[in-house]
Amino acid sequence: MPNPTVETPPGANPPESKSKPGIAGALRNIFTADDPDPQKAIARRRRFVMAGILGFLGVNLLMFLRFFFPRTLFEPKTKFLIGYPSDFGFGVDTKFQNQYRIWVVRNTEGIFVISAICTHLGCTPDWKASENKFKCPCHGSGYDPEGVNFEGPAPRPMDRAHVEVTPEGQIEVDLSRLYRWPKGERSEFNDLGAIVRV
Amino acid sequence: MADGNETNGASGNGAGDPGENGAAKKSPVTVLVEGAKAVKAQAAEEIKALKQPEKTDVWKSVLRVKHDETPRSRALGVLSNVFLHLHPAKINRDAVAYNYTWGMGGMTFYVYITLVFTGTLLMFYYHPSKVVAFRDILYLEHDVPFGKLLRNMHRWGAHLMVIMVELHMFRVFLTGSYKKPREFNWVVGVILLVLTLLLSFTGYLLPDDQLGFWAVTVGTNMARATPLLGHDGPFGRQFGMTPFNDVRFGLLGGSIVDSNALLRAYIWHCVAIPIIASAFMVVHFWRVRKDGGISGPAPVQLESEMKEPRKI
Repeated sequence: MPNPTVETPPGANPPESKSKPGIAGALRNIFTADDPDPQKAIARRRRFVMAGILGFLGVNLLMFLRFFFPRTLFEPKTKFLIGYPSDFGFGVDTKFQNQYRIWVVRNTEGIFVISAICTHLGCTPDWKASENKFKCPCHGSGYDPEGVNFEGPAPRPMDRAHVEVTPEGQIEVDLSRLYRWPKGERSEFNDLGAIVRV
Repeated sequence: MADGNETNGASGNGAGDPGENGAAKKSPVTVLVEGAKAVKAQAAEEIKALKQPEKTDVWKSVLRVKHDETPRSRALGVLSNVFLHLHPAKINRDAVAYNYTWGMGGMTFYVYITLVFTGTLLMFYYHPSKVVAFRDILYLEHDVPFGKLLRNMHRWGAHLMVIMVELHMFRVFLTGSYKKPREFNWVVGVILLVLTLLLSFTGYLLPDDQLGFWAVTVGTNMARATPLLGHDGPFGRQFGMTPFNDVRFGLLGGSIVDSNALLRAYIWHCVAIPIIASAFMVVHFWRVRKDGGISGPAPVQLESEMKEPRKI
């Protein structure tokens, strides 16, 4: 307990200074040895060391989590050419299913590309030509020839990939740009690039 | 006491009739005020718990004993640690009755040991790579000496372990063994159940056959619907999630179930989860003992076991 009657020496910090100390000041405060209560000085130092350790481990955890998200992928190309519009007749064409996991569909409006991923849980549905529908083998979702769901647990029609005609006249598909029609929302199927009108 | 009652009566019931229903009938304002006071008291309690976490029930349940800065407490920390006390020196006869415990915990552990052993042997012939994984399974099935036996032991053992863990949980629930002081061990048990299911799930992909491939496709697609962290989940898109940075991507190491996913499933299945599960099992068994052994009614002592009180 400092004696209030004694004047504080000019070098020492006045105890009632409210201004925030800088980092150097804070460190000096933590590691100062001449505290009237040595227990408090020890507790301060321990808190500092513990904060350092926890901070280090926290940063390590963030690094650990980031590690699981690779920068480079060795996956199939998402942008590719599938041929000329005249190659596709009316109806569903399954010839790219194995290579690119897509179906090319032509109807009276034009040619569009369905991403062959069931909107329920991501299996590949089968094209049943005799029943004129897509049927998912995993949980039984059914889609009509334009990929619109009509039975089973699927929540929305299958997504369509971006298509455009290159200057050479071929159709280029971009699977990384998808057009969706979530239930109760606006259909993106008529957007520019969702369909090649021929 | 009498003084207090008198003053209460004078101030509270002075206006109305002091006889009947004076205390039971409260105006809605009073009820509101009392409710607000109760909420305030609870908030104060919670703030106190935040400031002194060692006083809360959760803390006491996890750490079991006080950890003061006394020589006795420090000595106990060494003497009662996990590794010296995995198994009790003696147990109560009633605690090992099969019609009470069903032996499910012990049998689950036995199956786990079997799975670790057969799994390690299977690792000698299995390459976790997309080209050869399924070929290795066929090789194990048809040519490796005892390969078919090992693979089937591992497969059926895995199914059995999931069933046994659930039956064990069911028994613990029926006998009320999750109650104080065993709450923390119940929590550890739930974590072990989740780890068992994760082991089962990651092992599903490893044969790289159609069944496992589509099962993992379906299973990881559920992760797409994670709130905030999945690109199809609530607020996922607004949070900036795409198929290339969400939680599913982190699990699979890619946007599709491919070679990265197979390798990750292999490492989680063979290294990471078994280590985590083993650590939790150690704590689980130790706590069974430290919480007073297997739960049950007071032990029965046979007459033949009773000792004459020593005379001095």
